[in-house]
Amino acid sequence: MGAPVIQVEGLFKNYGAVEALRGVSFEVEEGEVFGLLGPNGAGKTSTVEILEGMRTPDRGIARVCGLDPEKSGIEFKEQIGAVLQSTSLPDKLRVQEAIELFAQFYRRHANTDDLLKRFQLEEKRTAFYSQLSGGQKQRLALAMALVNDPRVVFLDEPTAGLDPQVRREIYDIIEELKRDKKTVLLTTHYIEEAERLCDRVAIVDHGRVIALGTPRELKHASAGMTRIEVRLAKPITDGALARLDGVTNCREFDGAYAMHSSRPPQTIVALVKHLEAEGNELQSLEMFSPSLEDAFIELTGRRLREQ
Amino acid sequence: MNANALTNTWTLTKIRMRLAMRNRTFLFFSLFMPLGFLFFFILVFARTDAGWTAYILGAVLTMTVMGSFWGLSVQLVTFREQGILRRFRLAPLGAGPMLASSIVSNYLMTMPTIAIEILVCRFAFHMTSWGNLWAVLLLVTFGSVAFSSFGLIVASVTNTMQETQIINQLIWTAFLFLSGATIPLARFPGWIQRVSLFLPATYLATGLEAATTDLAVAGEIITDVIALSIGILVAFEISRRLFRWEPEAKVSPRAKLWVLAAMIPFLLFGIYENVAGTRLERIQRDYRILQQYESQSAPAQNR
Repeated sequence: MGAPVIQVEGLFKNYGAVEALRGVSFEVEEGEVFGLLGPNGAGKTSTVEILEGMRTPDRGIARVCGLDPEKSGIEFKEQIGAVLQSTSLPDKLRVQEAIELFAQFYRRHANTDDLLKRFQLEEKRTAFYSQLSGGQKQRLALAMALVNDPRVVFLDEPTAGLDPQVRREIYDIIEELKRDKKTVLLTTHYIEEAERLCDRVAIVDHGRVIALGTPRELKHASAGMTRIEVRLAKPITDGALARLDGVTNCREFDGAYAMHSSRPPQTIVALVKHLEAEGNELQSLEMFSPSLEDAFIELTGRRLREQ
Repeated sequence: MNANALTNTWTLTKIRMRLAMRNRTFLFFSLFMPLGFLFFFILVFARTDAGWTAYILGAVLTMTVMGSFWGLSVQLVTFREQGILRRFRLAPLGAGPMLASSIVSNYLMTMPTIAIEILVCRFAFHMTSWGNLWAVLLLVTFGSVAFSSFGLIVASVTNTMQETQIINQLIWTAFLFLSGATIPLARFPGWIQRVSLFLPATYLATGLEAATTDLAVAGEIITDVIALSIGILVAFEISRRLFRWEPEAKVSPRAKLWVLAAMIPFLLFGIYENVAGTRLERIQRDYRILQQYESQSAPAQNR
């Protein structure tokens, strides 16, 4: 295996009194789709923007293609493409003009017509930026990120705020990048996005990487437990659910109970017996296979979307 | 600036011009408003007097050129606040081409307005001579670049659009009313005339008014061009150093002191003109000549 394409070592970044990064470290190999998964404010964007050369770390090392993003200037920028989380283009700039404009800044650039076709923007080529929908703007942002045929692509929350259909379209595009052997660093707070697209995921919380591995490894790290979520007619306050057969832990959330069980059938039988004995009633029961969400809950004690 | 930077500057210049042509606000402020001023001032103040028409042309050209200052600062702050600049930051571009392209495109977009204003005065208002067109071209060119650079400094040292508008308003008012661009400087009390010598706008206004009335001599125009050129060099370098791509990147109060550096050339020129210069005498002389023309032509018109 060659040298990592992205190398991050002990990154620290403060914004006034706010500690955004507190020693983030990871490496990304050539051709890998690597995800930074975490809630808003976890430090994902700060990490990516340091790697894009847009922010200066207070401490630590960041290297992309062996280059220092902050100091390598044009040589570095020729190697990367990026979709920023918050950015815009002039309202009266046409779609085709935007791609052609940015293409002209690079030594190597992709064909505009090919990009328009690939990102389904052919019919919108003469439309102004202000006339595009959110999904079309995001597809344009992706097209512009690839305008220089980059070696490394940074995608900072590329599907945030988009409807499910557009999100799936973006997933297809990222899978295409994967097939093209591009190295992709993706930030997201969507579990399914990380599970579907990433070869490896780093779970980030409060400016730290708290777990790192393939989605499968992370799921197994949550002890391969099945999650059983139940709603009951009367609340249980004596912790009886945590003592049921097969249950390793139980948490109350939003008026419901989530149990992690190593033996789901036995747990359900024990639950029904217990409720009968207590004169309580089962209102709903849902079972979930081990997921990244479970790994996240186990690691942080809360859900991603509760932030 | 290397060849790559020059190519990028030209690429950005072309797209900026295209965007400006699609912007109705830009067309209003850069074309229709200056022409409105021209018609208003000539119809109210000059009427049929060719000398005063030429003088007013100089004043309106000054206002048109100074408009760069307002337009560029607002545009740059808008681009920064909307996060447009940060998208450009990802590309292999420096601050230089971004700033230079806004200056060049503004200049190229200003020139048609300048030409229309001159043609309107010559043919619609019967200005008897073209004035000193070479001097006009030189002053418009250097003036446009200088005032664009001043605008970029304002954009660099202000953190919000509101702040930009307030500072623009203050500077613009001083430039407009104390430089001779609206009220002839010769009509002001002596102390105001002396204060006006510290303003960059005065060098542009008095130069252009002398050029359109054909009362300027080469030495005087060269002095004006030198003053504006030094202003350009200092202002462009300061705006390049203070340039910010990010909306949240606030400028420190200390960095704002750099603005004072942009004023140094005009402070020195002001001191020189107040102590040893002849600019105020020249302004008085030109004004008297125009009054003489007016009094000579008035009886002729009455006959």
